[in-house]
Amino acid sequence: MSALTDDTLPASPRAVRDEMVVFVVMAALLLIVPWTGIYPFFVMQALCFALLACAFNLLIGYGGLLSFGHAMFLGTAGYLTAHALKVWGLSPELGILFGTLGAAALGVITGYVSIRRQGIYFSMITLALSQLLFFVYLQTPFTHGEDGIQGIPQGYLFGVFNLAKPITLYYVVLAGFLGGFLIIYRTINSPFGEVLKAIRENEPRAISLGYKTDQYKLVAFILSGTLAGFAGSLKVFVAQNASLTDVHWTMSGEVVLMTLVGGLGTVFGPVVGAFVIIAMQQYLAGFGQWVTVIQGVIFVTCVLTFRRGVIGEIAHYFRRSL
Amino acid sequence: MQALYAQLLVGLINGSFYALLSLGLAVIFGMLNIINFAHGALYMMGAFCAYFLLHLTGLGYWPALIIAPIVVGIFGMILERTMLQWLTGLDHLYGLLLTFGIALIVQGVFQNYFGSSGLPYAIPDELKGGMNLGFMFLPIYRGWVVVFSLIVCIATWYLIEKTRLGANLRAATENPTLVRAFGINVPRMITLTYGLGVGLAALAGVLSAPINQVRPLMGADLIIVVFAVVVIGGMGSIMGSIITGFALGVIEGLTKYFYPEASNTVVFVLMVLVLLVKPTGLTGRAA
Repeated sequence: MSALTDDTLPASPRAVRDEMVVFVVMAALLLIVPWTGIYPFFVMQALCFALLACAFNLLIGYGGLLSFGHAMFLGTAGYLTAHALKVWGLSPELGILFGTLGAAALGVITGYVSIRRQGIYFSMITLALSQLLFFVYLQTPFTHGEDGIQGIPQGYLFGVFNLAKPITLYYVVLAGFLGGFLIIYRTINSPFGEVLKAIRENEPRAISLGYKTDQYKLVAFILSGTLAGFAGSLKVFVAQNASLTDVHWTMSGEVVLMTLVGGLGTVFGPVVGAFVIIAMQQYLAGFGQWVTVIQGVIFVTCVLTFRRGVIGEIAHYFRRSL
Repeated sequence: MQALYAQLLVGLINGSFYALLSLGLAVIFGMLNIINFAHGALYMMGAFCAYFLLHLTGLGYWPALIIAPIVVGIFGMILERTMLQWLTGLDHLYGLLLTFGIALIVQGVFQNYFGSSGLPYAIPDELKGGMNLGFMFLPIYRGWVVVFSLIVCIATWYLIEKTRLGANLRAATENPTLVRAFGINVPRMITLTYGLGVGLAALAGVLSAPINQVRPLMGADLIIVVFAVVVIGGMGSIMGSIITGFALGVIEGLTKYFYPEASNTVVFVLMVLVLLVKPTGLTGRAA
C-alpha cells in the first residue's frame, strides 16, 4: 500500500540548502507586502491559516496522522485569547500566551484519547472530539454562543507596538508566522522528526527498535495543537472576533484542503495552499454556497489526479525536496 | 413519566438512523476499505428523492420507500465506478478525503437551490394518528420507523452472515484475489456493496423525512455522530453496529430527559470513555 506521502524524496544536504533558499525568498516576499498595495488584511488572514496548515501538516506529513479536528485548537485558543483581552483586559502578549497554553492543554487531553487508534479511526475520533467542543462552546456563556466574542481591543504588544495600526499588526503576525514555521521546520529535521518519519513508514519496526511510538505521536500531536492554537490567537487580532465558525468541522475540512492543495508532507506546500484557498474565498465570496461546491470539486480533483499538490509536483519535477 | 417514555421513543428513532447508517458504513468499509464521508449527504439525498417523487410525479411515501434507495443506490454505484475505484491500493485516508469532497459538492448544490430551511413532508395517511398503550401515547409513524428499521437491519445481517451471496462477500473482504480466482466478479461485487450501503442510508433518509423535515444539511451533523457510534462499536461485526446504534440512541434519549444540556455531547463523551477503557471499540478487532 502506498502511504499518503510516498512521493517525498529522502532528505539530503542539498535539500536543506534548497529549503533555506526558498525560505529566504518567502520571507523576503512577505516582508515587502505592505509596499505592494496588496490588501494587508488578506495576507494576515492567509498567514494565520498558513501557520495552522503547517501545524496540521506536521501531523499528517511527518506522523501519518490525519486530524479532522484541527479547528478545535484554532477556535479554543481564539476564544481564550479573546476572553483574556476583552474581559480580563490582559495585554496582547499575555493573551496570546494564555490562548496558546490553552490549546496545548487541549492537545494533551485530546491527544491522549485520539492516538489510541490509527488511520481512519484517528480521523473520525479527532472529528468527533472537535464536534464535542463545538457543542460545549455553543452552550457555555463565555463564548456568547452564536454571536461570538466581538469588538476585541487590540492593544499594545509589550507596551510598545500599537496593534491597531495595520502595518504594525502585519509585521507582528508575520513574525509569529515565521517563528512558528521555523519551529516546525526544526522539528521535522531533528532526531525527533526522523523517529516520527520512521513511525509513519513502519510503526511495528519502530516499536521493535525500542521507540515508544505512542509517546512520540503524543508529543507531535501536542506540538501541532499548540502551534495551531498560536495561529488561532494571532487570528483574533486580525479578525477582532472569535466565533463558532472557527470551531466548526467545515474549518477543519478547509485546513485539510489547504494542505492537500499545497502538498501533503511538503515543507512549503501548506503555505501555498493556504494562500490559494483564502484567495479563492475572497474572490468567490459573491457566489454564496457555490464556494462549498468548488471546494468539494477541488478535493475530488486533488485526490483523483493531483495527489502531490502544487509544491509536491514542483519538487517532483525538479527532483528536489521542498 | 410520559416525558421519559416520549424521550425514549425519540432515542429509539435516532438509534434506528444510527443503526442503519453505521451498518452501511461498516458494510462499505469491509469491502472498499473506505470510510464513506458522503454517507450523510446520501442520506439527505434519500429524503430529497422522496420529496421530489411526491411533488414532481405524485408518487407517495410507499413507492418512495422503494424507489429512493434504488435511485440513490444507483447514484452511489456511479460514484464508485467513476471515482472511488481509482483509489484501490492507495492509503485509506484518500477515500475519506474524496468522499468528504463529494459530500461538500452534494450538500452545496442542494443548499444553493433549497437554502437551509426545512421542507415539510407529510406522514402517509395509513400511519397517521396514534394509539394509547396505557402508559404512553404512541404516534403510529414513530413506532413504524423503529420496527421497520429493525427489520431492515436484521434482514441485512441475515443477507451478509447467512446467505451464499453474503459468504462470497465476506470471503472477498478477507482475500479478494483468491475469491477472484474462483471466478467471482469481485469488482462488480464491490460496486453492488457500495450501492447497498448507500441504499440503506437513503432508506434512513426517507424514513426520517416526515419526522425531521427535508433539509440540505440534515445529514451533515448526523454523520459525525455516526462516526462516533462506529468508533464505539467497532466495524468488525454487523450485529455489533446494529446493537450499538440502537443502544446509543436510547442513551441519548435518556440524557435528553435527565440532563438535557448534555444530549448533544453524550455520544462523544461515551466515545472518549470507550477509547480510554477499550481502544479497539466494543466489538472491534485491533486494526
